[in-house]
Amino acid sequence: MFNWFKKRTKQFTLPEFWNDYENSFSPDTHKDLKTARFVVLDTETTGFSYSKDRILCIGAVEILNYEIQIAHSFETYIKQERFNEKTVEIHGIIKNERLKTVTEYEAIEKFLEYLGNAIIVAHHAKFDVTMINKMLERHGFPHLKNKILDTVHLYNATRIKTNFNRQEELSLDNIADKYLLDVSDRHTAAGDALITALVFLKTTTILKNKKGITLKTLFKV
Amino acid sequence: MKNTIAERIADFLKRFPPFDLLRKSQLLEISKQVKITYMEKGQVIYHQNDTLHNHFYIIHKGAVSLLKALESNKNEVLDKFDEGDVFGLRPLFAKENYAITAKTAEECILYAIPIDIFRPMAEKNKSIGNYLIESFASNTENPFTKEHHVQFFSDAEIILNPTDNHFELQPVNYIKKIVTAKPSSKIKTIAKTMSKKNIGSIIIEDDGKPIGIVTDKDIRNKVATGLHTISEPVTNIMVSPVLCYPKNITIAQAQITMLKHRIGHLCITEDGTPNTKIIGLASEHDMIVMKGTNPSVLMKAIKRSNTTKDLKRIREKIMVLLNGYIMQNIPLTHTNKIIFELNDATIKRVIERCLVKMKQDPPVSFAWMSLGSQGRKEQLLHTDQDNAIIFENVPEDKLEDTRAYFLKLAKKVNKRLNTIGFDYCPADMMAKNPNWCLSLDEWKAQFTKWTTNTGNDELLLCNIFFDFDISYGDSRLTNALANHVLDITKNNTIFIAKLAANALSNASPLGFFRQFLVEPNGEHKDQFDLKKRALMPIVDAGRVLALSYQIKNINNTAERFEKLADIFPQNKELYLGCSYAFKAILKFRTKHGLINNDNGRFIKLEELTKEEKMKLKRCFKTISHVQEFIKIRFNISTLL
Repeated sequence: MFNWFKKRTKQFTLPEFWNDYENSFSPDTHKDLKTARFVVLDTETTGFSYSKDRILCIGAVEILNYEIQIAHSFETYIKQERFNEKTVEIHGIIKNERLKTVTEYEAIEKFLEYLGNAIIVAHHAKFDVTMINKMLERHGFPHLKNKILDTVHLYNATRIKTNFNRQEELSLDNIADKYLLDVSDRHTAAGDALITALVFLKTTTILKNKKGITLKTLFKV
Repeated sequence: MKNTIAERIADFLKRFPPFDLLRKSQLLEISKQVKITYMEKGQVIYHQNDTLHNHFYIIHKGAVSLLKALESNKNEVLDKFDEGDVFGLRPLFAKENYAITAKTAEECILYAIPIDIFRPMAEKNKSIGNYLIESFASNTENPFTKEHHVQFFSDAEIILNPTDNHFELQPVNYIKKIVTAKPSSKIKTIAKTMSKKNIGSIIIEDDGKPIGIVTDKDIRNKVATGLHTISEPVTNIMVSPVLCYPKNITIAQAQITMLKHRIGHLCITEDGTPNTKIIGLASEHDMIVMKGTNPSVLMKAIKRSNTTKDLKRIREKIMVLLNGYIMQNIPLTHTNKIIFELNDATIKRVIERCLVKMKQDPPVSFAWMSLGSQGRKEQLLHTDQDNAIIFENVPEDKLEDTRAYFLKLAKKVNKRLNTIGFDYCPADMMAKNPNWCLSLDEWKAQFTKWTTNTGNDELLLCNIFFDFDISYGDSRLTNALANHVLDITKNNTIFIAKLAANALSNASPLGFFRQFLVEPNGEHKDQFDLKKRALMPIVDAGRVLALSYQIKNINNTAERFEKLADIFPQNKELYLGCSYAFKAILKFRTKHGLINNDNGRFIKLEELTKEEKMKLKRCFKTISHVQEFIKIRFNISTLL
C-alpha cells in the first residue's frame, strides 16, 4: 500500500524526459523488420531477486536497417549505495578501469532517452525488463511501454520440437556456441547485448525465410 | 564513456591488415562507427555496376565470393575471401561503381566500415597506402604500375620512396647537354673543343647514335706518345663501341659496371644500346661527387682480394647489404642486379686467382659457365653452385690433356667457391665433373642429344643447362653454343612440347579452396615448399616460352617475361604479371631465408602474416594463369 501511494503522488511531478519518452509512441511506429528500430539490451545485476537486487550496468546496441549500429550503442554503469559482496567483481572492474558511474536516476534518464520507442530485444527478456521496471518503480516512474521480443522464444521457434532437444538449455552461451558466435566478450552487459543482437539477426532471418514471418507475426511466435 | 563493444571490435580489427598499421586511438575511432550485418549464404552484398556504398567490409565470420558476370548470364568466381579479408574498398578509392559482384559464399557476419572515417587515415599513413595499393592489385594482373598509384590517390601525396637511405640505388644523374664530335673530325679539332669546354671526354656520334668515345687518356696514351698524329681522323684513336645503358640505371650499377670494365664514363641512350640516340653521359667523377659507397666499396674489395678468406668475409658483407635492401623494400630488380654483379665479380676473382695458381696458361681459350639460378641472375642467397666449363675445340689427341687441365682448374675453383659460401651441388653439376667440362663440339653434341631423345632425366638437365651464362672467359664460345641451342630447338616442336609439359608438372601451390598445399611428409612436413611450388613453375614457364620464341641471351626469368610482353603486346598483362609475381616470390624467399638463416625454400605457414599470405596467393593466381596459357599454347593436353 505504501508503494502504491508513493507512485500516485510522484506521478504529478514526472520530469520532461519521461513525457518525451511516453509521447514518442504511436500505433504504427514500426512497419517491418527492415525499417524497425530495435534496441537489444542486457543488464548485469547483483543477483536474481527482483526486490533485493539492483542493476549494476546496462548495455545495449541498436539495430536499424537490419544492421547493428555500433555508433549508437549504449553502456552505463550504476553507482551502488550499498556494498554487496556479490558485486565485488563488477565493483572491481569499475574501480580498476576508473569507470564513470551514474546514479540510478541519471541512468534512467539516459536510458529512456536512448531507448525511445524502439522494440526491446533481450535474451530471457522478462528478467532484464522486470529489473528495469523495478528500478523505474523505485523512482516513481511507470513501467516501460516498449514492445518486447525475447531471443529465447525466437530461437525456440527456429527449432523443430522433438524428444531429443526438449531438454536443451537455452542460455545465451549455449545458443552462441551453436551459432558459432564468438563468446569472448560474454558477461559484460554490452558484450552480451552484441551477442544477443547477432542471435536476433540470425533467428529472425531464419524465421523470415522458412516461415515467412513478418514483424507483426514475430511477436506471436 | 566506456565502450566495451568498440574495444572488442578494435581487438578483432587489429589482427588484420591494414588495421594492424593503425594507432590504437584510430582503431577505436573506426570501431565506434562500424555497422555489423548478418547475411545468409548466397546473399548479394553488392552487384556489379551498383553505385557505391558508404562503407567497405571486413569479414568477421564466413566467406564471400567475388563474381564477374559473363555474357552468357553466368558468373565467374574471381576470388573467395574469408575471415579477416577486406573487400569493397578499391572502388571507394577509385570512385567508380562496383566492377564485380560480392556474394556471401557462407553465412557471414560482416563489419561495414564507413569510408569517410578510414580514408583520411589511409591517406596520411604511408604504410597503409602501400598496403592498399598492393591489396587493390588483387584484381589486376600487374598491380605495381604508376597509373594505379595515381588512380588510387588522386592527390598523389603518397609517393613510394623507399630509397631514401640507399643513395646508390637512385638512378644516376647524367649530363644531358653533352659535347659530341663527328667521326670525320680531326684529333686536333676535338682536342681543341675539349680544352675549350674544359671536359675530359667526348662522344663521337653519327646520326645521333654513339659510335665511340675519346677521353683525355686516349689523347695522352695514343697521341702524345706519338702513335698517332693530330691530323688523323678521330676514329683512329676513339674507343669503340661505347658501353651504353638506359637512363634508369642506378648509381650502384653504374659504379660497378665502370669498375668492372675499368672505364670512367657510361653513355646513356634511349634504349640502353648503341643503336639508339644518345641522351646523356654519366661519369664516375660525377657519381663520386654525388657520394655513395657500399656496393662499389665491396666491388673494389673483391677486385683487390688475394685470399679466399678475404672473399668469404666480403661475401658476408654482401649478405648484410642484401639484408638491408630487402628489409628496406628496395625494388627487387635493383637488388637483384647488384647482388648478381657482386656474385659475378666474386666468381671472376676466384677464377682469376686460380688461373694464376695453375702456373701454366690455359692451352686453349675457355669460358666458365654459371647455370641455374646464377645463370639466370636470380641468385640472392647462398645456394648451390651449378657451373660448367666450355673450351675451344682441339684435335682428338689433345682432347683429354686439355680436359685434364681444365678439370684441375675447375677443382680449385669449385673448392674455393664452396669455402666462400656457394655450396657444392649435391647432383655434382659442377665444372670439376668431367661430364660438364667439355669442348664446344662436345657441348653441341650433348645439347643435340638432350633435345632429340628427351626423357625425364634429359628434361631435368635441360632445365638446368639451358640457363647458362658466361661468368668468365671467351664469350665467343658461349655465344656459339647459344646459337646452336636455338638452331636445334627452332623447329623441334616435340621437344618444346615436352619441355612445356614438364613446366606444368610442378604441383600447384594452392588447393581448391585457396589454402596452401603443404608437404605431406618428410623433414619438411606441413611446410610450404616455395621453390618447388612457386618459383620453379614460373621459371620453367619463362624458359619454355623464351625458347619457343627464340629469345636469345636473356636468361633472367623476370626479363624473359618482360621481353615477351614487349614482343606480344596482346598478352602483355599476363607476361608482366608473371614478371612481377616472380620478383615478388623471389624477394619473399630471400626475406625468409635471411630471417631464418637458410635458403628460404621451406616456409612455415603459421609464421606468415595475413598480408604475406595474400601477396603469395595473388602471385599463385598468376602462376596458374600462365600454366593455363602454356597448356593451350603448346597443346599439352594431348601429351599429359
